[in-house]
Amino acid sequence: MISILRSMWLTFLHVFHKTETVEYPEVKPYLAPRYRGRIVLTRDAEKNERCVACYLCAAVCPVDCISLQATENEEGRRYPEFFRINFSRCIFCGFCEEACPTYAIQLIPDFEMAEYDRQNMVYEKEHLLISGEGKYHGYNFYKNAGVDMGVKGKGEGENEEKPLDVKELLP
Amino acid sequence: MFHVLENFINYNLLFMKYAFIIAGVLFIALTIAAGLIWIERRLLSVWQDRLGPNRVGPFGLLQVVADTIKLFFKEDWIPPFSDRPVFVLAPGILMITILLTFAVVPFGPDFYVFDSNIGILFFLGNSSLGVYSIVLGGWASNNKYSLIGAMRASAQMLTYEVFMGLSLMGVVMMADSFSFCKIVEEQKGGWFFIPQFVGFIVFFIAGIAETHRLPFDIPEAEGELIAGYHSEYSGMKFGMFFVGEYLGITLISALIATLFFGGWLGPSFLPPVFWFLFKTFFFICVFILLRASLPRPRYDQLMELGWKILLPLSLLNLLITGAILIFLK
Repeated sequence: MISILRSMWLTFLHVFHKTETVEYPEVKPYLAPRYRGRIVLTRDAEKNERCVACYLCAAVCPVDCISLQATENEEGRRYPEFFRINFSRCIFCGFCEEACPTYAIQLIPDFEMAEYDRQNMVYEKEHLLISGEGKYHGYNFYKNAGVDMGVKGKGEGENEEKPLDVKELLP
Repeated sequence: MFHVLENFINYNLLFMKYAFIIAGVLFIALTIAAGLIWIERRLLSVWQDRLGPNRVGPFGLLQVVADTIKLFFKEDWIPPFSDRPVFVLAPGILMITILLTFAVVPFGPDFYVFDSNIGILFFLGNSSLGVYSIVLGGWASNNKYSLIGAMRASAQMLTYEVFMGLSLMGVVMMADSFSFCKIVEEQKGGWFFIPQFVGFIVFFIAGIAETHRLPFDIPEAEGELIAGYHSEYSGMKFGMFFVGEYLGITLISALIATLFFGGWLGPSFLPPVFWFLFKTFFFICVFILLRASLPRPRYDQLMELGWKILLPLSLLNLLITGAILIFLK
């Protein structure tokens, strides 16, 4: 009986508490830089597409919302012919970002993507691709990769040793 | 000729007066019941550190209007497996029984529809009839959850009916009348909640159970029974159950104010109707506070509380009140 009255009193005291509600359309909440919202495809510092169409994001996606088709340009550099994300399926888990070896696919703090037509939730490559570098400035996959895409000479990459002159190893 | 005309005018004036009072009572009761939907949501949000509905109209006041429009335009689906006539009838019974009881509640010294000398019995009888609405609604829905809810409701309401009546007998003895108007008049010497404190507590708890409000909303416990007896209802039929519940709260609050807190009595700088509405509103807020703070007991705990604690308590209250009254005479 006492505990019932006590809990009623404690509930009543909440009249004097501050409300926690954020009135959203007028007041925007702060979103952390690493907030997982809309997915974008970034470019490197030279404005080339980072994506190498390795399919890792599509493979790791738990709801299969990413579909793409790899192709090569005349230099032999891989890029996606199309890249499609169905945001009506996407659960914003960020696995694609973690799987991406080239930092191409990134999640940004934007969630205001409601649509009246479900078909408008399907984003094509031109909707996804941004002109900037996203969260990782100055990163270029081909500076680390073994494959030569004209970005660096042999042995000039980051964390890469100079090629050995095999003849010097002779006893 | 002139005499006939005079009679005719007098008769019409009397008729007008009654029509006016009936319309006034209906207007007040229904407005409070509808406004309660908004008040409850706002108050709950205050006690839960939220804002509540504040978008439609000033302070969200038009939320009720928007909800009503929505309810009217919803598909009024009657399940093909239901017992159609009973299904349609059930929500109406609830509204009728509760609205009828408002007829005997004095809103002010001259503001009541009729002063029945069996007012309290009329109220108890009507609230017993209200059980039919829920039982029939649950039965006609032909759905297991509805049926379980209806069974729980009937058991709960019958249990609490018993000592709801008994708890009021102390008041009846002190006022020496079943009439609500007489009871209010008798409280000019002092409100009945002091000598009848036990009766007040028992009536209050029974009132919560009777309106199956939140600590005791076992018939519609949404965690267990979807929505209990009104699971299959939609559109305005659900709306009638919904408004019926709020009318029930208003009625019980009005009765608590009338029977234990002096009804329309109060300092004379404000009209009596104001005091009556103020007291009623206070108890409505207590009802909502109860909802905000207390968890729902188990079904058997509810029945145990009723039969093992509240029934002996109200009987004891009856006995002691009677003994003291006889001793004072």
